[in-house]
Amino acid sequence: MSHLPTIDNLALRSRFLHAVRDYFYRHGFLEVETPVVIPAPAPEEYIESIGAETGFLRTSPELAMKELVCAGAEKIFQIGSAFRAEERGRKHREEFTILEYYAVGWDYRELADFTAKMFASAAITATGRAPLTYQGNTIDLSYVEYVTVDEAFQKYAGVSAFAADADGSFDERMVTKVEPNLGRHGLTFLMDYPAARASLSRLSKRDPRVAERWEIYASGIELGNAFGELTDANEQKQRFDAALQFRAEQGMKPYPEATDFLEALRKGMPECSGCALGVDRLVMLLADAYSIDEVRI
Amino acid sequence: MFSASDLKKGLKIEIDGAPWVITEFEFCKPGKGTALYRCRMKNMITGIGMEKTYRPTDKIDEPNIEERELDYSYFDGHNYVFSDATTFEEVVVAPDKLGDRAYFLLENSTCNFVIFNGEPIEITLPTFIEKEIVETEPGARGNTATNVMKPAKLDNGFEIQVPLFINQGDIVKIDTRTGAYAERVSKA
Repeated sequence: MSHLPTIDNLALRSRFLHAVRDYFYRHGFLEVETPVVIPAPAPEEYIESIGAETGFLRTSPELAMKELVCAGAEKIFQIGSAFRAEERGRKHREEFTILEYYAVGWDYRELADFTAKMFASAAITATGRAPLTYQGNTIDLSYVEYVTVDEAFQKYAGVSAFAADADGSFDERMVTKVEPNLGRHGLTFLMDYPAARASLSRLSKRDPRVAERWEIYASGIELGNAFGELTDANEQKQRFDAALQFRAEQGMKPYPEATDFLEALRKGMPECSGCALGVDRLVMLLADAYSIDEVRI
Repeated sequence: MFSASDLKKGLKIEIDGAPWVITEFEFCKPGKGTALYRCRMKNMITGIGMEKTYRPTDKIDEPNIEERELDYSYFDGHNYVFSDATTFEEVVVAPDKLGDRAYFLLENSTCNFVIFNGEPIEITLPTFIEKEIVETEPGARGNTATNVMKPAKLDNGFEIQVPLFINQGDIVKIDTRTGAYAERVSKA
């Protein structure tokens, strides 16, 4: 362990986690812990898992937490490590901490509103001040804006998000043109991803070209991802199969089918929304840390 | 060949036959999207900068670059000739590769070479050299200010700026990166 964070940053992290837990408890959430070693990760195109002797280290607690929702849990949250192979950089570590939560009956926009308030509240409790200064920029967490992915692409990349998705330039444009402009003064919710990027979210009833999915940004940094959860087991299985086929075609590591999760989904999942936040990045913002190494051992 | 995951700050790569050095690097991964390797780089010959983003499956050419130390030997009337102290192999450098720095070459002084496909593309002289001042206005006695300068000639005719207290025959230290006077080594 060559670069230990300062004790001050670890203390800030501790105060923040304390405040986060407090907020969730006050809002009626149950804290849960699900296994770190899992039989099958969610088959996603670009997320690489790390193998464990008896399965895989979880890339996120998503499938297990959704099984709990299927089993009757209404509002749950979890804080713990997740693992993704080959991700290393100022905003990435192969082991990182996720704050993940689900609320039955909440629309994905209600979840966005809750998320902004939760983060702002815990940030003030942990730091004792507002607004924040991150790498020279003032970030007011009470300032919240909503922009659709397509609006952001039109505005910052000069093309529609659908065209960028179709010609394969979506990720490059997102990273080089769009993201640097998000959350410049506060929190930005990037809403409604093109349907091809729905992942585990359901398609919008208002506009089936997009999915009920958002990502939250501050100071150009992606902090988390949320879905209006897909509850249709058949559609979910089709998407998983397509992702597994994509992985096979690309010569990527094969994943076993997530049978427990699909079985739970078949029995029925209530309408719900869920979000996963990168705790290390949240603390980076509070600590004005350039690199994740400054806030995580 | 490099793969994208080899990319990092300081790595030298080849694009369309030209050598580039990565000056800034960031690993990016937009939510649920592909990993991207963002690089800012500098052309090692022209100094021009550019930005380029790589995907995980991209392969990147490895330049044939060698770094070695060579000692300056002599000027053959057209070019500067350097030699390897152990193999005595000679490397010939055209004057335009050195510019005014040629005036700061001292016999047997060791220079660092970056060689791309057999061609020297970067030559670094010893940071400081000592030279005698052969011609300058007489020194202003007692004036030790270093911010007021006057011209002075070296034995090879090259002119540098020195403080007023420097006299003909003084030995001075010069920064070869900038051509600036650094300090007086000894008095005439």
